Amino acid sequence: MSGSPWRLALARLRRNRGAMASAVMLCVIVAASVAAPLYADHVAHTDPFASNVNGTTTVDGREVDVVAPNASGLGSTPIGPTLEGRYFLGADAQGRDVAARMLYGGRSSLQIALIAAVLTALIATVLGIVAGLAGGWIDAIISRFLDLIWAFPVYLLAISLATVLLVQGIELGPITVDASSLWLPAVIIGLIYVPYLARPVRGETLSLRRQEFVEAAIAQGASNPRLVFGELLPNVAPVIIVFLPLIVATNILTESALSYLSIGVQAPNASWGTIVQDGQGLLYTRPWVSIAPGILIVLTVLALNVIGDGVQDALDPRGRIRGRRRTLRRGAVA
Amino acid sequence: MIAFTARRLASAVLVMLALSVLVFLIFFATPGIDPARQMAGKNPTPETIAAIEAEFGLDRPLPVQYLKMMDRLVVSRDLESYSNRGAEILPQIARAAPVTLSLVLGAAILWVVLSVAIGVAAAVLRGRIWDPLLMAIALIGMSMPVFWLGQVANLFTQDRWHDTVLFSWVPPLGYTPLTEDPVLWFKHLVIPWITLAILYIGFYSRVLRAALIETESQDFVRTARAKGISERRVLVRHTLRTSMIGFVSLFGLDLGALVAGGALLTEVVFGLPGVGRLTYRALANLDLPVIMATVLYGAFFVVLMNALVDVLYARLDPRIREA
Repeated sequence: MSGSPWRLALARLRRNRGAMASAVMLCVIVAASVAAPLYADHVAHTDPFASNVNGTTTVDGREVDVVAPNASGLGSTPIGPTLEGRYFLGADAQGRDVAARMLYGGRSSLQIALIAAVLTALIATVLGIVAGLAGGWIDAIISRFLDLIWAFPVYLLAISLATVLLVQGIELGPITVDASSLWLPAVIIGLIYVPYLARPVRGETLSLRRQEFVEAAIAQGASNPRLVFGELLPNVAPVIIVFLPLIVATNILTESALSYLSIGVQAPNASWGTIVQDGQGLLYTRPWVSIAPGILIVLTVLALNVIGDGVQDALDPRGRIRGRRRTLRRGAVA
Repeated sequence: MIAFTARRLASAVLVMLALSVLVFLIFFATPGIDPARQMAGKNPTPETIAAIEAEFGLDRPLPVQYLKMMDRLVVSRDLESYSNRGAEILPQIARAAPVTLSLVLGAAILWVVLSVAIGVAAAVLRGRIWDPLLMAIALIGMSMPVFWLGQVANLFTQDRWHDTVLFSWVPPLGYTPLTEDPVLWFKHLVIPWITLAILYIGFYSRVLRAALIETESQDFVRTARAKGISERRVLVRHTLRTSMIGFVSLFGLDLGALVAGGALLTEVVFGLPGVGRLTYRALANLDLPVIMATVLYGAFFVVLMNALVDVLYARLDPRIREA
């Protein structure tokens, strides 16, 4: 019954060459990140999380220091890109292999963005459908709460929560999230974007409730679960799916910003944002430490944006959701 | 209309109040956050902590602490920093605000002019190679993290190409007030302006192009053409004017967020002592009064701009007033 519009949308998406090319690029980045341990073990032959300040490596058959003291005698400079398997992109100030860290960093960044997006989608769907269906004071409370979070500048909310929760993690009854765990930034990012999706879901639920097929179901005495899972969810789903690629893209930018400010992913873990931050002090001597992970952020976000546009055109050809999707961009941190 | 405006402003005030409570709770009621211990330095004795708690009223119940802080922030306006004892906060914000304003207004001029030009060009050149090309570039601009773009800009203008004619005029990172040396002020801000604007040009040109194409298919545009008005006039007087409504409201919201300190990353990466960097430093030191002050300062602009945009919309479209 609901198969054919979905199949139609999928066919439309398949014909979108830009979206397909972006999907391939995204798959390559994801695969490379997943293969991070393989790269570290078999190509770089190093542990990208252990400091290696006093180590040496072989370049063109010669033994060189990974972190060499400067000629002036003040400070030291890590090795630059080598075109060898080891230290392909050079080392950071602690002598760690940047290429291997970048792949591991991709794991963190992608994981956080994805977990946060799923979290946003779950909470927003529940809140939006409950508010839209229940109406009355339940709707009033949920809506006012969403309005409040909406009015809180999103970057301020993110860094406020991150700063506070980093002190000792989250302890809520049975749920504990360690301060150094990847779940912490994922939960924070997942929460702050809830209103941007919950409001459109609520709006969609409200407009669905006025339609004949839903009124018919109610008149037939359909139970609430039957109404939600049988009638509402399948029709709200396109709104959520259209938002998802954009939410993941925004999440990656937000995570990298938090990590750049040292309030995202915590050591010894790495993410693309923390590596850009590591490279800040080496910017003029070893620029690749900062530039390389940034390029991966740009490529990933770009791919997700193109896919997002493709999904939007496929599922929502008349552009009903487009205007609402735009508000999410306000979340991006500058 | 007046009733709507009054109602909207009243709700904005309520939202501000609720936000101040929320921010207060985040920083004072989260377990593990102990400002007294933070101020006491390393290995404090319980007596020192108790003395600090008494001095700053941190031993009082939370509602009292909240009211006291709001009183010193809004009424007597002498709220002081915790980590920088005796430093009043409002003068700090007053010093930082012009820096942020300089950064944001310059960038805003750049991004509005360029995104209108690009958006119109893409819409007019629809069906030719220029349209997808411009839109692809716009999408890349949208996808860059600003702190990274700032670092790349610094790499070339401060180091790699600094000795070439192209960038030899770029001063070291930092800021000079407009009143002190207008030329140096300008030189300091050019690269941050461009960096911040690139982020927004992509988004705004895409929004404008989409709006132009949508308006293009509407009846009044066809009527205007049928009356024999020149293409140029149709574009400027009819299509563009209608398409700018969404653009302007987005612009209001973004401008509010940026003036509020939303350009935090840009300020940090270029070493500009604005409101965003002040907030960031306060957060790093867990300097709660400064955080309260800057977050509320930020929320004020965001809430105000939200209200203004709503009122503007209601003026343009009477249907909204009744809802």
